[in-house]
Amino acid sequence: MDDRLELYFHIPFCVRKCFYCDFLSAPADEGTIKRYMEALLAETAGSALSYAKYTVSSIFIGGGTPSVAPVFCIEDMLGTVKEHYSLAQDAEITMEVNPGTVSEKALSRYREAGVNRLSIGLQSADDKELASIGRIHTWEQFLETYTEARKADFRNINVDIMSALPGQTLSRYRNTLEKVLSLEPAPEHISAYSLILEEGTHLYDLYEKGMLEIPDEDTDRLMYQETKELLARRGYRRYEISNYAKEGCECRHNRGYWTRENYAGFGLGAASLVENVRFKNGTDLQAYLANSSGCREDVRQLSREEQMEEFMFLGLRMTEGVDEGLFRRLFGCGMEEVYGEVIGKNIRDGLLRMDCDFAGKEERAALRRLSLTEKGLDVSNYVMAQFLL
Amino acid sequence: MDRKLEQSRIRNFCIVAHIDHGKSTLADRIIEQTGLLTSREMQAQVLDNMDLERERGITIKAQAVRTVYKARDGEEYIFNLIDTPGHVDFNYEVSRSLAACDGAILVVDAAQGIEAQTLANVYLALDHDLDVIPVINKIDLPSAEPQRVIDEIEDVIGLEAQDAPLISAKNGIGIEDVLEQIVKKIPAPGGDSGAPLQALIFDSLYDPYKGVIIFCRVMEGTVKKGTAIRMMATGAKEEVVEVGVFGAGQFIPCEELSAGMVGYITASIKNVKETEVGDTVTDDNNPCEAPLPGYKKVQSMVYCGFYPADGAKYPDLRDALEKLQLNDAALQYEPETSAALGFGFRCGFLGLLHLEVIQERLEREYNLDLVATAPGVVYKVYKTNGEVIELTNPSNLPDLSVIEHMEEPVVSAEIMVTSEFIGSIMELCQERRGRYLGMEYIEASRALLRYDLPLNEIIYDFFDALKSRSKGYASFDYDIKGYEESRLVKLDILINKEEVDALSFIVHSDSAYERGRRMCEKLKEEIPRHLFEIPIQAAVGGKVIARETVKAMRKDVLAKCYGGDITRKKKLLEKQKEGKKRMRQIGSVEVPQKAFLSVLKLGDD
Repeated sequence: MDDRLELYFHIPFCVRKCFYCDFLSAPADEGTIKRYMEALLAETAGSALSYAKYTVSSIFIGGGTPSVAPVFCIEDMLGTVKEHYSLAQDAEITMEVNPGTVSEKALSRYREAGVNRLSIGLQSADDKELASIGRIHTWEQFLETYTEARKADFRNINVDIMSALPGQTLSRYRNTLEKVLSLEPAPEHISAYSLILEEGTHLYDLYEKGMLEIPDEDTDRLMYQETKELLARRGYRRYEISNYAKEGCECRHNRGYWTRENYAGFGLGAASLVENVRFKNGTDLQAYLANSSGCREDVRQLSREEQMEEFMFLGLRMTEGVDEGLFRRLFGCGMEEVYGEVIGKNIRDGLLRMDCDFAGKEERAALRRLSLTEKGLDVSNYVMAQFLL
Repeated sequence: MDRKLEQSRIRNFCIVAHIDHGKSTLADRIIEQTGLLTSREMQAQVLDNMDLERERGITIKAQAVRTVYKARDGEEYIFNLIDTPGHVDFNYEVSRSLAACDGAILVVDAAQGIEAQTLANVYLALDHDLDVIPVINKIDLPSAEPQRVIDEIEDVIGLEAQDAPLISAKNGIGIEDVLEQIVKKIPAPGGDSGAPLQALIFDSLYDPYKGVIIFCRVMEGTVKKGTAIRMMATGAKEEVVEVGVFGAGQFIPCEELSAGMVGYITASIKNVKETEVGDTVTDDNNPCEAPLPGYKKVQSMVYCGFYPADGAKYPDLRDALEKLQLNDAALQYEPETSAALGFGFRCGFLGLLHLEVIQERLEREYNLDLVATAPGVVYKVYKTNGEVIELTNPSNLPDLSVIEHMEEPVVSAEIMVTSEFIGSIMELCQERRGRYLGMEYIEASRALLRYDLPLNEIIYDFFDALKSRSKGYASFDYDIKGYEESRLVKLDILINKEEVDALSFIVHSDSAYERGRRMCEKLKEEIPRHLFEIPIQAAVGGKVIARETVKAMRKDVLAKCYGGDITRKKKLLEKQKEGKKRMRQIGSVEVPQKAFLSVLKLGDD
């Protein structure tokens, strides 16, 4: 294992819960938020010693809506990292913001504190759709935030969008895509997800009561198709199942999750993977406020088999797929020795593809990558489930 | 207990009742109060000793128990209580049990009054010349109307009932009255102990140590250890190893069984097939002139295929069937092969309940995962060349061009129903191709409907439909009437254009479309999406009459995998993988076993 480490900070607060959201997040008063940020700093500083040998290659500040925390808290947090950790010069530092929660001033201060990538939650360019899923902002407010972010010198911006929203039609969805692409300059990165009705959310309840009209499956599929085609035409490469980026603008932090980099998560409910041990913080806010360094739960040393499974089903999320040689180096055996049958079957079904790049080298050194085909990406869960041992 | 008791002090009787009117509870009380067992030894229901029976509240195998009652006249009487199965599937067994008795106690629920099975059972008892003692049970219920029920018994059945004991078997009220009436009203058995042996087999049981244990009533003569016995119908011959009587839950050996006695015989017999219910046991060296009347060879009325879910378990299934058959002469099976399901067995049953009981026992006692094909009846196929085939497996139906005509079994059914539901029950019978024969009012608010119904129409879900359409107020009984010509067709199901032999069945041409459509719908629900579109078709004689389509697999949800928390993702994948187990490969389509079961249970929704 190399000595890189990614850091994730979870800010579990928002102005109001969106109707589809089942993440660990809720509105809170400023006092609670400040106490939380202090606890988060304590956890971060307190863990520094155990991560002393690592260089931090990326930071992701997610939520919730991290921008609901006072700006100085974010500054202090990044200050703590710089003070206690060795932070790579070229580290990618992403922060999630939502329109309507940030000022131009705040954006400039984030930028100054070291944030060099923004992820803005837009979801839809249609105000009616935004209202129907409980977003607190309009397209106009998004536009403001986006323009201010550019002014504040953010050169790497992601925009989140969602398809299959209540009442959405194909043409309205296309309109959202077009509006996002016509931003000046256009975002470097786009995450496109479908709405999923999770149990316990407001939308789920409405749906159960028969009070929610969501696009049918065929429309959903067309939207997905549209996303792929339109973004490809506009120079975005789909590098992961639902992520598209301009050349060189792939999110390094997220890639780290799929390639099983070491990462340390700080904050309520944050997950970590360090040297093949997975663990999580608990989700009880009061317990976290009382002792943020003592909330680790579910500590689990991954078995060799589990590591293989993860290597496969996480790696296959990326369009470049998984590296056969790396598998052999990590596990001391060939991928086909473990998964020969599954790989063969799925290649025959046209869902997987094995690419070889001899590049003038002898056969042993040939680069072989296994990846999902276009068709395989469409039914990724079906394929990935087969890699569970 | 091997002392010889006088024939005049023996009372051989059974209890007949509609389901849930309290037969088993009364049996328990009789056994309890005759003092053979202490309360501590009493299980909740002494006579039902199979788990399954207890759970379903029905009695499957006939059994007997002998108790000693010290009557008010100061004498001790031997009571042989012979239990009878309470379901129409086992009508023949019931009739043989009745033939072993001299009297019957008729239990009628004080609130519900006479029901269809009450009538069916009481007529059966009267047919066997039994003296019937009516008993009114559940008199402690708030809704009890004993006098109304007594009048009903007198009016409808014509039995003197004014002095019928009013009891609560559950709470032990009035049991002694019943016991005294047994002594006074049920005649002592006849028969001459010195005559040639003539004993009626009313049940048998396979015991791994003793071999087959024959349950019998000695009509004439005497049998003891060393007697060379012969079963007159099957011809099986063995030497008696042991004779005895039935304690509660145990066998008590005795010196001999003589005329009038009920007991058991063991003789190293290996298979219950040799000791069929209804057969006559005689002394091979001194045989009786003729067997007892009433013997019938057991015939399977309902067939279905059983296949192990895991093909490798085929030998286990064969062994399990073999073992079950040791104890169940009515169970028949022979190997068959299905293109869809692999190797399995075509099994014959007395009825659908019998089928379910066997299936459950195979799954529970032998730990087998089974796929059962749709149950069918035995059809008679008359070919143009004069040949007649008894068709038990729809796949074996000859080509239509060589079929002259087909016949199906028909039953005479009696349905008792309160007047408000007459309309909906008649409608149900009409839908099931019933032929209306008549209706009689039992009392102002209740009627007895008589219909001829094709057996095919009642083996699936008739019982359930009857219950739901009458809010539980209808009761039902039937007898096999015979075969009648009918317009029958074979309905085939095609999954992805491939015929699934295990799903084919015979149906009346008028219901083919409806059944086909419902099967397709059900299969559509049960078959998971594949990478390609799957047509599901129902066809008759190569012509598609209904179709559904399982759409190609939905694109996977593009869920956010947040903050590196992959445990949820893995759980989702695990669930998906789990679902792929328990699938049957049909061509390129994976069909869950549940799909086969759901087609079988088509009527439940």
